[in-house]
Amino acid sequence: MIKANWKNSTSGLSVVFVLAAVMPLIFAPPARAADYDIGSIHITQPWARATPKGASSGAAYITITNNGKTPDRVSCVSSDASAQCQIHTMSMEDGVMKMRPVEGGLEIKAGETVILKPSGFHVMLVNLKHPLQQGKMVNTTLKFENAGTINVEYPVAAIGAAAPGAPASEGGMKMEGHGGMKQMDKH
Amino acid sequence: VSEPKAVSRFVPPVMAAFLAGLLVLSAVVYLARPSASPIGPGGPFHLEDQNGRPVSDQDMKGRPFLVFFGYTHCPDVCPTTLFEISEVMKALGKDVDRARALFITVDPERDTPAALKDYLSNFDPHLRGLTGDREAVDAALKAYRVYAKKIPLKDGDYTMDHTAVVYLMDKDGRFVATFNLNQTPQAAAAQLRGYL
Repeated sequence: MIKANWKNSTSGLSVVFVLAAVMPLIFAPPARAADYDIGSIHITQPWARATPKGASSGAAYITITNNGKTPDRVSCVSSDASAQCQIHTMSMEDGVMKMRPVEGGLEIKAGETVILKPSGFHVMLVNLKHPLQQGKMVNTTLKFENAGTINVEYPVAAIGAAAPGAPASEGGMKMEGHGGMKQMDKH
Repeated sequence: VSEPKAVSRFVPPVMAAFLAGLLVLSAVVYLARPSASPIGPGGPFHLEDQNGRPVSDQDMKGRPFLVFFGYTHCPDVCPTTLFEISEVMKALGKDVDRARALFITVDPERDTPAALKDYLSNFDPHLRGLTGDREAVDAALKAYRVYAKKIPLKDGDYTMDHTAVVYLMDKDGRFVATFNLNQTPQAAAAQLRGYL
Protein backbone atom coordinates (compact mmCIF):
# COMPACT_ATOMS: atom_id res chain seq x y z
CA MET A 1 0.00 0.00 0.00
CA ILE A 2 2.71 2.41 1.04
CA LYS A 3 4.76 1.53 -2.03
CA ALA A 4 1.79 2.28 -4.26
CA ASN A 5 1.32 5.62 -2.56
CA TRP A 6 4.97 6.49 -3.14
CA LYS A 7 4.78 5.63 -6.78
CA ASN A 8 1.77 7.83 -7.22
CA SER A 9 2.93 10.87 -5.34
CA THR A 10 5.75 13.27 -6.14
CA SER A 11 6.89 13.34 -2.51
CA GLY A 12 7.16 9.55 -2.58
CA LEU A 13 9.27 9.77 -5.68
CA SER A 14 11.61 12.28 -4.15
CA VAL A 15 12.05 9.98 -1.15
CA VAL A 16 13.05 7.24 -3.56
CA PHE A 17 15.50 9.58 -5.25
CA VAL A 18 16.98 10.68 -1.97
CA LEU A 19 17.33 7.07 -0.86
CA ALA A 20 18.92 6.15 -4.15
CA ALA A 21 21.39 8.95 -3.72
CA VAL A 22 22.19 8.20 -0.09
CA MET A 23 22.28 4.40 -0.14
CA PRO A 24 25.68 4.16 -1.83
CA LEU A 25 27.08 6.54 0.75
CA ILE A 26 25.75 4.49 3.64
CA PHE A 27 26.61 1.11 2.19
CA ALA A 28 29.74 2.17 0.34
CA PRO A 29 31.31 -1.03 -0.94
CA PRO A 30 35.07 -1.41 -0.47
CA ALA A 31 37.07 -0.07 -3.38
CA ARG A 32 37.05 -2.81 -6.00
CA ALA A 33 39.14 -3.49 -9.04
CA ALA A 34 37.39 -3.77 -12.37
CA ASP A 35 38.52 -5.47 -15.57
CA TYR A 36 38.89 -3.43 -18.72
CA ASP A 37 38.73 -4.21 -22.41
CA ILE A 38 39.84 -2.02 -25.25
CA GLY A 39 40.28 -3.45 -28.72
CA SER A 40 42.07 -6.75 -28.25
CA ILE A 41 43.63 -5.65 -24.99
CA HIS A 42 42.30 -7.11 -21.75
CA ILE A 43 43.33 -5.51 -18.44
CA THR A 44 42.81 -7.21 -15.08
CA GLN A 45 43.68 -6.69 -11.44
CA PRO A 46 44.61 -3.03 -11.26
CA TRP A 47 45.98 -2.09 -7.84
CA ALA A 48 48.32 0.39 -6.24
CA ARG A 49 50.18 0.60 -2.98
CA ALA A 50 49.68 3.20 -0.30
CA THR A 51 52.62 5.58 -0.01
CA PRO A 52 54.39 6.67 3.16
CA LYS A 53 53.90 10.23 4.28
CA GLY A 54 55.90 12.69 2.21
CA ALA A 55 56.74 10.17 -0.53
CA SER A 56 56.93 11.88 -3.90
CA SER A 57 56.24 8.85 -6.01
CA GLY A 58 54.02 5.81 -5.95
CA ALA A 59 53.47 2.69 -7.98
CA ALA A 60 50.43 1.07 -9.55
CA TYR A 61 50.14 -2.36 -11.11
CA ILE A 62 48.01 -4.16 -13.70
CA THR A 63 47.95 -7.34 -15.73
CA ILE A 64 47.69 -6.76 -19.49
CA THR A 65 46.80 -9.42 -22.05
CA ASN A 66 47.00 -8.85 -25.77
CA ASN A 67 44.45 -11.15 -27.43
CA GLY A 68 45.16 -9.65 -30.84
CA LYS A 69 47.39 -10.75 -33.69
CA THR A 70 49.71 -7.76 -33.60
CA PRO A 71 51.90 -6.42 -30.80
CA ASP A 72 50.85 -3.26 -29.00
CA ARG A 73 52.66 -0.75 -26.85
CA VAL A 74 51.31 0.94 -23.77
CA SER A 75 52.39 4.12 -22.06
CA CYS A 76 50.88 6.16 -19.27
CA VAL A 77 49.56 9.55 -20.30
CA SER A 78 48.42 10.99 -16.98
CA SER A 79 47.13 10.29 -13.49
CA ASP A 80 44.79 12.17 -11.19
CA ALA A 81 47.21 11.61 -8.31
CA SER A 82 50.49 12.81 -9.76
CA ALA A 83 52.04 15.39 -12.03
CA GLN A 84 53.51 12.73 -14.29
CA CYS A 85 52.84 9.12 -15.04
CA GLN A 86 55.37 6.77 -16.65
CA ILE A 87 55.84 3.07 -17.05
CA HIS A 88 59.07 1.92 -15.43
CA THR A 89 61.01 -1.24 -15.26
CA MET A 90 62.93 -2.31 -12.18
CA SER A 91 65.72 -4.80 -11.89
CA MET A 92 68.19 -6.00 -9.31
CA GLU A 93 71.74 -6.60 -10.47
CA ASP A 94 74.27 -7.71 -7.87
CA GLY A 95 72.14 -6.22 -5.14
CA VAL A 96 71.80 -2.90 -6.97
CA MET A 97 68.28 -1.73 -7.69
CA LYS A 98 67.89 -0.07 -11.05
CA MET A 99 64.75 1.65 -12.22
CA ARG A 100 64.25 3.03 -15.71
CA PRO A 101 61.41 4.52 -17.69
CA VAL A 102 60.34 2.19 -20.50
CA GLU A 103 61.04 4.26 -23.60
CA GLY A 104 58.51 4.18 -26.39
CA GLY A 105 55.96 2.23 -24.38
CA LEU A 106 55.89 -1.23 -22.85
CA GLU A 107 55.46 -3.86 -25.53
CA ILE A 108 52.68 -6.40 -25.15
CA LYS A 109 53.32 -9.06 -27.78
CA ALA A 110 50.45 -10.71 -29.63
CA GLY A 111 48.90 -13.41 -27.47
CA GLU A 112 51.03 -12.52 -24.44
CA THR A 113 50.30 -11.37 -20.92
CA VAL A 114 52.52 -8.89 -19.09
CA ILE A 115 52.13 -8.55 -15.35
CA LEU A 116 53.12 -5.28 -13.73
CA LYS A 117 54.02 -6.06 -10.12
CA PRO A 118 56.29 -4.99 -7.23
CA SER A 119 59.99 -5.34 -8.10
CA GLY A 120 59.17 -5.40 -11.81
CA PHE A 121 57.32 -3.27 -14.32
CA HIS A 122 55.11 -0.66 -12.69
CA VAL A 123 53.08 2.38 -13.52
CA MET A 124 55.15 5.03 -11.78
CA LEU A 125 53.30 8.03 -10.43
CA VAL A 126 55.89 10.79 -10.30
CA ASN A 127 55.45 13.88 -8.14
CA LEU A 128 52.40 12.83 -6.19
CA LYS A 129 49.84 15.53 -5.48
CA HIS A 130 48.81 13.66 -2.32
CA PRO A 131 49.76 10.36 -0.65
CA LEU A 132 48.03 7.26 -1.98
CA GLN A 133 45.73 6.15 0.81
CA GLN A 134 44.73 2.59 1.47
CA GLY A 135 41.12 1.95 0.49
CA LYS A 136 40.99 4.86 -1.94
CA MET A 137 41.24 4.75 -5.71
CA VAL A 138 43.84 6.19 -8.05
CA ASN A 139 43.24 6.84 -11.73
CA THR A 140 45.44 6.75 -14.80
CA THR A 141 44.95 7.24 -18.50
CA LEU A 142 46.80 4.57 -20.45
CA LYS A 143 47.48 4.82 -24.13
CA PHE A 144 47.86 1.75 -26.32
CA GLU A 145 49.40 2.52 -29.70
CA ASN A 146 46.90 0.35 -31.55
CA ALA A 147 44.04 -0.30 -29.15
CA GLY A 148 43.59 3.30 -28.05
CA THR A 149 43.28 5.21 -24.83
CA ILE A 150 41.62 3.95 -21.67
CA ASN A 151 41.04 5.19 -18.16
CA VAL A 152 41.98 2.67 -15.44
CA GLU A 153 41.12 2.87 -11.73
CA TYR A 154 43.35 1.18 -9.16
CA PRO A 155 42.21 0.39 -5.60
CA VAL A 156 44.98 1.27 -3.16
CA ALA A 157 46.29 -1.58 -0.97
CA ALA A 158 48.47 -1.31 2.15
CA ILE A 159 52.03 -0.04 2.20
CA GLY A 160 54.22 -3.06 1.59
CA ALA A 161 51.36 -5.19 0.23
CA ALA A 162 52.78 -7.89 -2.01
CA ALA A 163 49.59 -8.47 -3.99
CA PRO A 164 46.24 -6.78 -4.56
CA GLY A 165 43.83 -7.18 -1.70
CA ALA A 166 46.36 -9.24 0.25
CA PRO A 167 47.09 -8.30 3.82
CA ALA A 168 50.31 -6.38 4.15
CA SER A 169 52.10 -9.50 5.34
CA GLU A 170 51.56 -12.72 7.21
CA GLY A 171 52.26 -10.83 10.40
CA GLY A 172 48.74 -9.50 10.17
CA MET A 173 49.79 -5.90 10.70
CA LYS A 174 47.73 -3.29 8.93
CA MET A 175 49.07 0.07 7.98
CA GLU A 176 47.15 3.16 7.07
CA GLY A 177 48.34 5.52 4.41
CA HIS A 178 47.89 8.70 6.39
CA GLY A 179 50.67 8.79 8.89
CA GLY A 180 48.87 7.03 11.73
CA MET A 181 50.84 4.42 13.61
CA LYS A 182 50.14 0.84 12.91
CA GLN A 183 48.08 -1.58 14.90
CA MET A 184 50.11 -3.97 16.96
CA ASP A 185 50.23 -7.63 16.11
CA LYS A 186 47.79 -9.63 18.14
CA HIS A 187 49.48 -12.95 18.83
CA VAL B 1 55.49 -62.93 21.85
CA SER B 2 59.20 -62.39 21.67
CA GLU B 3 58.83 -59.59 19.16
CA PRO B 4 57.95 -56.78 21.56
CA LYS B 5 60.98 -57.69 23.69
CA ALA B 6 63.22 -57.54 20.65
CA VAL B 7 61.82 -54.16 19.83
CA SER B 8 62.21 -52.81 23.35
CA ARG B 9 65.78 -54.07 23.50
CA PHE B 10 66.37 -52.37 20.22
CA VAL B 11 64.86 -49.02 21.21
CA PRO B 12 67.44 -47.59 23.66
CA PRO B 13 70.41 -47.84 21.26
CA VAL B 14 68.31 -46.29 18.48
CA MET B 15 67.22 -43.48 20.77
CA ALA B 16 70.80 -42.90 21.94
CA ALA B 17 72.05 -42.79 18.37
CA PHE B 18 69.28 -40.41 17.44
CA LEU B 19 70.03 -38.09 20.36
CA ALA B 20 73.74 -38.16 19.64
CA GLY B 21 72.99 -37.29 16.04
CA LEU B 22 70.78 -34.44 17.15
CA LEU B 23 73.53 -33.15 19.40
CA VAL B 24 76.12 -33.26 16.62
CA LEU B 25 73.70 -31.60 14.21
CA SER B 26 72.91 -28.74 16.57
CA ALA B 27 76.61 -28.23 17.25
CA VAL B 28 77.25 -28.05 13.51
CA VAL B 29 74.39 -25.59 13.04
CA TYR B 30 75.70 -23.48 15.90
CA LEU B 31 79.28 -23.44 14.63
CA ALA B 32 78.21 -22.80 11.06
CA ARG B 33 76.36 -19.66 12.20
CA PRO B 34 78.03 -16.84 10.32
CA SER B 35 80.24 -14.78 12.56
CA ALA B 36 81.26 -11.18 12.09
CA SER B 37 83.88 -10.54 9.47
CA PRO B 38 86.43 -7.79 10.03
CA ILE B 39 86.83 -7.19 6.31
CA GLY B 40 83.17 -6.84 5.34
CA PRO B 41 81.23 -3.64 4.75
CA GLY B 42 80.87 -1.25 7.65
CA GLY B 43 82.92 1.37 9.38
CA PRO B 44 82.84 4.89 10.68
CA PHE B 45 80.05 7.32 9.81
CA HIS B 46 78.92 10.66 11.17
CA LEU B 47 75.34 11.47 10.24
CA GLU B 48 72.19 12.83 11.84
CA ASP B 49 68.86 11.15 12.45
CA GLN B 50 65.33 12.21 11.54
CA ASN B 51 65.18 14.33 14.68
CA GLY B 52 68.39 16.16 13.79
CA ARG B 53 70.44 14.33 16.44
CA PRO B 54 74.00 13.38 15.51
CA VAL B 55 74.54 9.63 15.13
CA SER B 56 77.85 7.88 14.57
CA ASP B 57 79.01 4.31 14.27
CA GLN B 58 80.15 4.58 17.91
CA ASP B 59 76.51 5.02 18.96
CA MET B 60 75.72 1.67 17.37
CA LYS B 61 78.06 -0.26 19.67
CA GLY B 62 76.47 -2.75 22.03
CA ARG B 63 73.56 -3.84 19.89
CA PRO B 64 73.32 -5.66 16.57
CA PHE B 65 71.65 -3.68 13.83
CA LEU B 66 70.10 -3.94 10.41
CA VAL B 67 71.08 -1.26 7.95
CA PHE B 68 69.45 -0.46 4.63
CA PHE B 69 70.34 2.26 2.14
CA GLY B 70 67.64 3.91 0.06
CA TYR B 71 65.77 7.14 -0.49
CA THR B 72 62.29 8.44 0.14
CA HIS B 73 61.48 9.15 -3.52
CA CYS B 74 61.83 5.45 -4.25
CA PRO B 75 58.42 3.97 -5.05
CA ASP B 76 58.93 0.27 -4.79
CA VAL B 77 61.86 -1.46 -3.16
CA CYS B 78 62.43 1.05 -0.34
CA PRO B 79 58.93 1.08 1.17
CA THR B 80 58.79 -2.69 0.73
CA THR B 81 62.07 -3.22 2.56
CA LEU B 82 61.28 -0.72 5.32
CA PHE B 83 57.95 -2.41 5.78
CA GLU B 84 59.64 -5.81 6.07
CA ILE B 85 62.19 -4.46 8.54
CA SER B 86 59.31 -2.99 10.56
CA GLU B 87 57.74 -6.44 10.70
CA VAL B 88 61.01 -7.92 12.00
CA MET B 89 61.25 -5.23 14.68
CA LYS B 90 57.68 -6.01 15.76
CA ALA B 91 58.44 -9.73 15.80
CA LEU B 92 61.37 -9.09 18.16
CA GLY B 93 58.84 -8.29 20.87
CA LYS B 94 60.52 -7.15 24.08
CA ASP B 95 63.95 -7.75 22.56
CA VAL B 96 63.39 -4.86 20.17
CA ASP B 97 65.27 -2.49 22.47
CA ARG B 98 68.34 -4.71 22.25
CA ALA B 99 68.63 -4.29 18.46
CA ARG B 100 68.56 -1.39 16.03
CA ALA B 101 67.49 -0.67 12.48
CA LEU B 102 68.90 2.09 10.30
CA PHE B 103 67.70 3.55 7.02
CA ILE B 104 70.54 5.60 5.52
CA THR B 105 69.64 7.83 2.62
CA VAL B 106 71.59 7.79 -0.63
CA ASP B 107 69.85 11.03 -1.61
CA PRO B 108 70.66 13.61 1.10
CA GLU B 109 69.76 16.53 -1.20
CA ARG B 110 66.10 15.60 -0.98
CA ASP B 111 66.09 13.52 2.21
CA THR B 112 66.44 16.11 4.94
CA PRO B 113 65.84 15.04 8.55
CA ALA B 114 62.30 16.45 8.25
CA ALA B 115 61.63 14.48 5.06
CA LEU B 116 62.92 11.30 6.72
CA LYS B 117 60.81 11.94 9.79
CA ASP B 118 57.63 12.24 7.73
CA TYR B 119 58.48 9.19 5.70
CA LEU B 120 59.39 6.99 8.67
CA SER B 121 56.21 7.90 10.54
CA ASN B 122 54.55 5.10 8.56
CA PHE B 123 56.98 2.45 9.75
CA ASP B 124 58.12 0.91 13.01
CA PRO B 125 59.21 3.67 15.41
CA HIS B 126 62.50 1.84 16.08
CA LEU B 127 63.68 2.58 12.55
CA ARG B 128 66.10 5.48 12.52
CA GLY B 129 66.61 7.44 9.34
CA LEU B 130 70.07 8.90 8.79
CA THR B 131 71.16 11.71 6.52
CA GLY B 132 73.84 14.37 6.44
CA ASP B 133 75.71 16.53 4.01
CA ARG B 134 76.82 14.96 0.74
CA GLU B 135 80.35 14.35 2.01
CA ALA B 136 79.20 12.64 5.20
CA VAL B 137 76.73 10.45 3.30
CA ASP B 138 79.35 9.57 0.69
CA ALA B 139 81.72 8.49 3.47
CA ALA B 140 79.02 6.20 4.89
CA LEU B 141 78.26 4.78 1.43
CA LYS B 142 81.94 4.07 0.93
CA ALA B 143 82.35 2.42 4.32
CA TYR B 144 79.37 0.19 3.61
CA ARG B 145 80.36 -0.38 -0.03
CA VAL B 146 77.06 0.92 -1.25
CA TYR B 147 76.68 1.90 -4.86
CA ALA B 148 74.41 4.88 -5.56
CA LYS B 149 74.01 6.87 -8.75
CA LYS B 150 71.61 9.57 -9.83
CA ILE B 151 69.66 8.74 -12.98
CA PRO B 152 68.02 11.80 -14.50
CA LEU B 153 64.46 11.52 -15.76
CA LYS B 154 62.80 13.81 -18.25
CA ASP B 155 61.54 17.03 -16.65
CA GLY B 156 64.52 17.42 -14.31
CA ASP B 157 63.49 14.76 -11.80
CA TYR B 158 65.76 11.83 -11.01
CA THR B 159 65.75 8.36 -9.54
CA MET B 160 68.67 6.59 -7.87
CA ASP B 161 70.26 3.30 -8.73
CA HIS B 162 71.39 1.96 -5.40
CA THR B 163 72.50 -1.11 -3.51
CA ALA B 164 69.28 -2.40 -1.99
CA VAL B 165 70.45 -5.20 0.28
CA VAL B 166 70.02 -5.20 4.04
CA TYR B 167 73.16 -5.76 6.10
CA LEU B 168 73.20 -7.45 9.47
CA MET B 169 75.91 -5.93 11.66
CA ASP B 170 76.89 -7.36 15.03
CA LYS B 171 77.07 -5.45 18.31
CA ASP B 172 80.66 -4.44 17.60
CA GLY B 173 79.57 -2.88 14.29
CA ARG B 174 81.11 -5.66 12.21
CA PHE B 175 79.44 -7.10 9.15
CA VAL B 176 77.79 -10.48 9.70
CA ALA B 177 75.84 -11.16 6.52
CA THR B 178 73.32 -9.73 4.15
CA PHE B 179 70.01 -10.14 5.91
CA ASN B 180 67.34 -12.27 4.30
CA LEU B 181 63.91 -10.67 4.45
CA ASN B 182 62.35 -13.36 2.28
CA GLN B 183 61.31 -15.29 5.35
CA THR B 184 58.65 -14.80 7.97
CA PRO B 185 59.24 -11.87 10.35
CA GLN B 186 59.39 -14.44 13.15
CA ALA B 187 62.18 -16.40 11.46
CA ALA B 188 64.06 -13.19 10.65
CA ALA B 189 63.66 -12.00 14.25
CA ALA B 190 64.97 -15.35 15.51
CA GLN B 191 68.04 -14.91 13.33
CA LEU B 192 68.60 -11.39 14.64
CA ARG B 193 68.18 -12.61 18.23
CA GLY B 194 71.21 -14.83 17.69
CA TYR B 195 73.37 -11.69 17.77
CA LEU B 196 71.88 -9.86 20.75
